[in-house]
Amino acid sequence: MKATAEAQSLFRVAPWRGVKRIPWWISAAVAAVGLLVLMPIATLIGIAAEGDAEIWPHLIRNVLPTSIVDTLALLGGIALVAGSMGITSAWLVTAHRFPGRGVLVWLLPLPLAVPTYITAYIYVEIFDSAGLVQMALRNFMGWQSRADYWFPEIRSLYGCILVMSAVLYPYVYIAARAMFLTQSASMLEVARVLGVSRLKLFRVIALPLARPALAVGLSLALLEALNDIGASEYLGVRTLTVSVYNTWLNRGSLPGAAQIACVMLALVVALILIERHGRRDRRYATSAKRSRVVHPAPLSGGRAIVATVLCAIPVFLGFVLPIGFLAREILRGSLFSQFDGEFLEHLLTTIGLSVAATLAVLALAALLVSAARMSKSSLTRSALFVAGLGYTVPGTVLALGLMTPLVKIDGLIGRLWNSFTGERLGLLLMGTAGGIIIAYVLRFLSIATGSLSAGLDRVSPSLEDAARTLGASRREMVWRIQIPLMRPALASAALLIFVDCLKELPATLLLRPLNTETLATQVYTYAARGRFEDGSLAALVIVLISLLPVIQLVRSAEARPKVADTSSAS
Amino acid sequence: MMLTTKSTRGLLLGAAALCSLAGSAFAAESLNIYTTREPGLIKPVLDEFTKETGIKVNTIFINNGLEERIRTEGENSPADVILTVDIGRLQAAKDYGVTQPVESETLEKVIPAAYRDPEGHWFGIALRARVVYASKDRVKQDKITYEELADPKWKGKICIRSGQALYNVSLFAAAIAHMGEAKAEEWLKGLKANLAKKPSGGDREQAKDILAGVCDIGIGNTYYVSLMRNGNNEEQKKWGEAINVILPTFEGGGTHVNVSGLALAKHAPNKANAVKFMEFMVSDDSQRIHAEANSEYPVKAGIPIHPTVASFGELTADNVPIAEIAKLRKKASEMVDKVGFDQ
Repeated sequence: MKATAEAQSLFRVAPWRGVKRIPWWISAAVAAVGLLVLMPIATLIGIAAEGDAEIWPHLIRNVLPTSIVDTLALLGGIALVAGSMGITSAWLVTAHRFPGRGVLVWLLPLPLAVPTYITAYIYVEIFDSAGLVQMALRNFMGWQSRADYWFPEIRSLYGCILVMSAVLYPYVYIAARAMFLTQSASMLEVARVLGVSRLKLFRVIALPLARPALAVGLSLALLEALNDIGASEYLGVRTLTVSVYNTWLNRGSLPGAAQIACVMLALVVALILIERHGRRDRRYATSAKRSRVVHPAPLSGGRAIVATVLCAIPVFLGFVLPIGFLAREILRGSLFSQFDGEFLEHLLTTIGLSVAATLAVLALAALLVSAARMSKSSLTRSALFVAGLGYTVPGTVLALGLMTPLVKIDGLIGRLWNSFTGERLGLLLMGTAGGIIIAYVLRFLSIATGSLSAGLDRVSPSLEDAARTLGASRREMVWRIQIPLMRPALASAALLIFVDCLKELPATLLLRPLNTETLATQVYTYAARGRFEDGSLAALVIVLISLLPVIQLVRSAEARPKVADTSSAS
Repeated sequence: MMLTTKSTRGLLLGAAALCSLAGSAFAAESLNIYTTREPGLIKPVLDEFTKETGIKVNTIFINNGLEERIRTEGENSPADVILTVDIGRLQAAKDYGVTQPVESETLEKVIPAAYRDPEGHWFGIALRARVVYASKDRVKQDKITYEELADPKWKGKICIRSGQALYNVSLFAAAIAHMGEAKAEEWLKGLKANLAKKPSGGDREQAKDILAGVCDIGIGNTYYVSLMRNGNNEEQKKWGEAINVILPTFEGGGTHVNVSGLALAKHAPNKANAVKFMEFMVSDDSQRIHAEANSEYPVKAGIPIHPTVASFGELTADNVPIAEIAKLRKKASEMVDKVGFDQ
C-alpha cells in the first residue's frame, strides 16, 4: 500500500533516455505543481519571519526540554512497538504456516482504516480509571477505589505509544511483507537446507532484509505520529506539535508557532535526506524480474499457537477492539436513528471531496512522474522531491499556511472578474470545496508520486525505446505506454489517497465552507462536546468505507503469492 | 475502470451537495455565524431566531484557527458574527482585528459593564464559573478558597485538565490578578504538587476520576456538571452524581467567572442581521433557552438559572474585570510551562 509504494520507490529512477527535452508547457505545468506545494510552506516561513525571537528564551528554558524528550520517547516507543509488531507478524505469516494464518493475512493490514484520534478516544473509554475494564475488574475483585490496586494509566506516554502503534503498525507490516515476499525465497531456502534455526533465520536473514521496508514503513508511521495532535493531546503527551498549538493559541503568537513548525519541518526534511543519502548506493531491485516466492514452513504445537497469538494481538488491538467498541456504542445508544438525511449529506460530502481530491492527486502525480521519466532535468527531480513535503507538515499547520495563498488567488481572480464585468466576486477557493481539495492534494501528493514512480521504475526503458524506434510520438508514448503501465500503481495509489482524505480532520475543519460537515468533522464535533460516543456511527462509517479500499489492496497484494503457492505446489 | 465510473458518480453527487450548500449560504436574508462552540449547543436558540425573523442562519464550527481564518479571508469574509467562549478567545478576536464595535442600547443596558468590552468589540451573553468538584463520599467541607488548593493537605488528591487548556489559563490569570505574579507562581507550584496525576482529559474526565477514586477533588466548569447529570448518557450521569460542586472564592474576592460571548465581524456582509441577532441573544426568550440548553448563568438579570446549577449555591462573581484577566493570560500560560504543570 502506501508503504509498499514507498518501499518500491527506493528503486532508483531509471529515466527513459529517449527524450532529452520535454515541451515547455509540460515543464511549466510541473513547475506549477511544485510551486503549489511550496505555497503554504513559503507562507509559513513568511509568518515565522514576521515574529522576533522573543518566545525562544521561554521555550528553550521551559518548554522544549520536555517536549523534545516526550516527542523522542513517543517516536522511539512507536518505532519499537509498531516496528516489532509489523515485522514479526509479516515474517510469521510469510515464512510459516500456522492455524489462522490465512485469515490473519487479511486482517493484519486492516487497522490502517482506523484513525488515531478515534482510537485514542476508544482506548480511554475502555482502559481509563472509570472505563469498562477497570470497572469490571473492580466489581469482580471487590475493590472500592482506584487506590486499592495498580493498573497502567492509559492517559500517559505509554498509553499513547500503545494507541498509536496499534493502528500505525500496518505501515511496517505491509512494507515488510512485500519485502519478504519478493526477496527472501532463495536465501531462506539455502539457510533452511543448511539447518539454521528459525529464530536465527529471522535475526540473520529476515531482519537485515527488512531494513529498507522498516525504514520506509516506520518513517510513514512516525510522520503520522509526529503530526498528530488529537490523540497525543487527549492522552496528555506534550509533543512538539502540541507546543506549536500552545504557543499559537495561548500566547497568541502565530509567528512563534510558525517558527517551531519550521524548525520541525527542517529536522524532518534533514532526516529524510540523510536516510536517502544513506541508501543512495543500494539497490533492492530484484523485483524487476519476479523472483520465486517463499514457501511457508509449517509450525506445529506450541510454536504454532505462539505464532497465532503473536499475529492476533496487533489485529485485536488495532481493529477488533476499536470496531467492537464502536459497534457496542451504536447498539447501546440506538445510534442508527442518526442515519438520516443530514447524515447522508455529510457522507456524500465526505465521499465527494475525497473522490475529487483523489482524481486531482492522480492527475498531478502522473504528470510529475511521467515528466521525470522523460527528462532528468533538475526541474522534474526537484518537483518530485517538493511533492513529498506536504506529507511532512501537520494538517493544521498546512491549512494555516494555505489560507493566505488561497485568498490571494481569490483576490486576483476577483479583480480580473471585476475589471471585465464590474461585478464583485466572493471567495472562490477559500472556504469552499476547492480549498479543501487543494489541501488534500498537497498533503497526499507524495503517496501517489511514490507509488507511481515505483510502478514505472519497474518498466524497462527498452519498452519505450522500442516504441520510439517504431515512430511513436511523445504523446502516444505517454498515453499508450506509460499510462497503461502505471494503471496498477494508479489504482493502489487511488485507494490509499481516498482513505487518507476520508480520515483527514485538521485541514477539513479549518477550511470547510459554512454548513458543511464531513464524517471526520462530525466525530470531532461530538468529541468537542464531551460526547464522543455519540459520534460512534460516523466513526464506524469512516472505518467501514476505508475498509473497502484496504481490502481491495490486500486482495491485489495477496493475489500474486497465491498463484505462486499453487504453482510451486503443483 | 469500475473505479472510475463509481468515482465519477460519487464526485457528481458530492459536488451537487456542496453546490447546494454553498448556494444557500448566500440567500438573500441570511446570517453567517463563525463559532467555536459546537453548533448542537446553540441550535435551539438559532432555530428560535430564524423562526422569529425569517433570517436563515449558516454556521461553521471551527475551534483552533477561527480568528486566523476570518483575518485571512479579509474583506471578502462571509463572517457576520463570531460566537465563542472564554475571554481569551473574545479578546483574541479583538486583538486580531477581526471585530468591529457595536453601538447598541439594548446590549449595553442588558449586559453589565464587567462582561462586555468597553469599546463594544465583544459582549458576554452567558457566564460560567470555574469551580471545585468534590467527592460526595470523601470530601466533607462545603467551602473552599482557590488559595487552599495549594495547601499540602490535598497532596495527591486533586485532578485537573491540562494547565494550557483555555479555561485553566484564564483561572490562573485571575490568580495572578489577585496574588501578584510571584505568589501566583508559588500557588501554581503548590497546586501542581497536589495533583493526583498528570493533567489530561477534559473537565468531565475529572469527575470521572473522582468517581473512580483517583482523586478527591477536581477543577471544572459549572455547566459540565449539569450536562453530565441531566444528559442521556448513563455513565456520565454516574460521574455527575459522584460529586458535589463547591463554589470556591479568592481571598478577598469571589468565584472566577468567565463568559461566552459574541462579536460583530469586521467585514460582516449582513451587518444589520448580525446586530439583530446579537440583540436577540440577550432577549428574555433566548436567554432562557440558552440557560436551559447549556446550563450557563444567564447574563441578563431576572432570568432563571438552570435548577441543577442553582443547586450549587449562590454565585458571588469575582471582582477582577475579565478584560483585566485577558491581559494576564499570556503570563499565565508561560507560568504553566515554567512550573512544569503538565509534566
